[in-house]
Amino acid sequence: MEPISTITGKAVVLPVENIDTDQIIPARFLKVTDKSGLAAGLFEAWRYLPDGAPNPDFPLNRPEAAGATILISGRNFGCGSSREHAPWALQDYGFRAVIAPSFADIFRSNALKIGLLPVTIEQAIYDELVAMYANDPQMALSIDLAAQTVTLPDGRQVNFPIDAFSKYCLLHGVDQLGFLLNQAEAITAYEASHPQPVKTTG
Amino acid sequence: MSKPRTLFEKVWDAHLVRPETPETPAVLYIDLHLIHEVTSPQAFTELRQRGLRVRRPDKTLGTMDHSTPTTPRNHLGIIPVIDPMAISQLEQLRKNCAEFGIPLFELGDENQGIVHVIGPEQGLTQPGMTIVCGDSHTSTHGAFGALAFGIGTSEVGHVLATQCLLQRKPKTCAVRIDGRLGPGVTAKDIILALIAKYGVGGGTGYVFEYMGEAIRSLSMEERMTICNMSIEGGARAGMVAPDDTTFEYIAGRPFAPKGADFEAAVARWRTLPTDEGAVFDHELTLSASELKPMITYGTNPGMGIPIDAPVPRPEDMPDARSRAALDKALAYMGLEPGKPLLGHPVDVVFIGSCTNSRLSDLRQAAQFFRGRKVAPGVRVMVVPGSQQVKRAAEAEGLDRIFKEAGAEWREAGCSACLGMNDDKVPPGKYAVSTSNRNFEGRQGPGARTMLASPLTAAATAVTGVVTDPRTLMN
Repeated sequence: MEPISTITGKAVVLPVENIDTDQIIPARFLKVTDKSGLAAGLFEAWRYLPDGAPNPDFPLNRPEAAGATILISGRNFGCGSSREHAPWALQDYGFRAVIAPSFADIFRSNALKIGLLPVTIEQAIYDELVAMYANDPQMALSIDLAAQTVTLPDGRQVNFPIDAFSKYCLLHGVDQLGFLLNQAEAITAYEASHPQPVKTTG
Repeated sequence: MSKPRTLFEKVWDAHLVRPETPETPAVLYIDLHLIHEVTSPQAFTELRQRGLRVRRPDKTLGTMDHSTPTTPRNHLGIIPVIDPMAISQLEQLRKNCAEFGIPLFELGDENQGIVHVIGPEQGLTQPGMTIVCGDSHTSTHGAFGALAFGIGTSEVGHVLATQCLLQRKPKTCAVRIDGRLGPGVTAKDIILALIAKYGVGGGTGYVFEYMGEAIRSLSMEERMTICNMSIEGGARAGMVAPDDTTFEYIAGRPFAPKGADFEAAVARWRTLPTDEGAVFDHELTLSASELKPMITYGTNPGMGIPIDAPVPRPEDMPDARSRAALDKALAYMGLEPGKPLLGHPVDVVFIGSCTNSRLSDLRQAAQFFRGRKVAPGVRVMVVPGSQQVKRAAEAEGLDRIFKEAGAEWREAGCSACLGMNDDKVPPGKYAVSTSNRNFEGRQGPGARTMLASPLTAAATAVTGVVTDPRTLMN
């Protein structure tokens, strides 16, 4: 995983609450056995008209959204299915961070694992960002992970929370499986001292 | 005396390989890892790339359910798979399980079925366990007093390689459901009403513990229906304290402890319920006796109403954001605000999914099909949750009741719940579905889903319009 320190880039606002992972990537795109090409299915039902042409009204399709790396969306982003294909698809499309007033638990966990930064901001700041974007669709932001701050287009800085361990892993490009593998001795000791309720092998 | 603890805290504490610190999350041991074809292939790829083995194949079980067809078996007794991508995904799971020594209930196997139906019916799901799966409806298993939650594919890899997960301790929320359900009102209506009351994000960050008179009087299958949709309320897990109903369900199942081991297990399980005086971080309440059958009108499971209520009007919403959300949902659903849903024509009825595909669900549905016909122009899919459920239903003649009424009796799988196999709701068409999600396009591009109980779905199937099941009851 690539280390993350700062993410500076153009933002695009998708002002919808409770965006579920079926919208982020519909289930029919989940038949792949690898992670490639998922960007094609990102927000598929909203991005394209029934005849397959791009929907010109969808924020990601507007010319000024080209090259955006930060997605800003309404509260409870990523609710529903646990599919990690959702953060994979956002990352494959080019997003490096998602900013929202809140995230669903599983989406947040999945995004942190792959280096797609979930940034939680207050609802009032979100509302301001929506208004700023309406005036300036080229709006850019800067996210500093070490300082846990977002610099808004007007120069103000707001803080965001992140678990210390996830932050460390993202800053250093450390993947969490490596940390768990180093616990092998403690896991073996746990197994030896605790009842093992079921064996699937009969 | 030690500090009183909740059910969740007891299960959490018993699975700590390492407790959490300010710098590091807890290392939590996992007793059972269920895998299926959709969310596991990339995790196995990761294992191979790193040269890792599966630490505990004996705590892992695979099944095929999401991308599988549910078309009836052909003359050779085989369920034909036609979609080349589904074939490749199923083949990949077969190969991964064989290479890493993981038992697999594959398509056609007598034990195959929806991952959250087979765990309990095999007796693998037991009180006090930690259970995970790359599927958000893993919360279903919490009905047994297990801590069970959905994970992503990276975490599937973590559990395959180490049998552990890195987790921050979630907060606890007591969900108190008092009173008794009236006739025609079911467990599905409880959970739809709860989510309608508290919203789809109301449980974020919490583990629910369902309690109260209404919960205690429910069967295990009904408790599973409620725990299943915890995630629709934002809670990653939902639990019910184990009791005699739980132990009676488990006794005698293939993977359940036997004889003296069973008695010893029951003695352990009896220590799990929340202690007197234990403190929850939050509490939600609902009165079961006031509930009516519920149905959803919108595009998330929180957009639900009593079946005889009108569709909400944007002007009645408390703020601009919920007005905008309602406008968007009603435009997608093609529904008029202020009008009743009762009597609205439907095109498809789906009875199935990990929420409502167990034997008791099928029995409930069958009572309205008996001696009646599916309304003209309505497609009715009845999809048992597992091959075992299918056989049990056939043994008591439920399949004949469905077929004679004109409904389709299909093979076990996730089917039309999620629109990734051949079972879909056509664009623009209305479905009353016993599944768990009414998201835009969930049951197929453009599909318009109304979530309801098996009773409401069956009543609707035979009338062709949204119907209050109480009007068909004697």
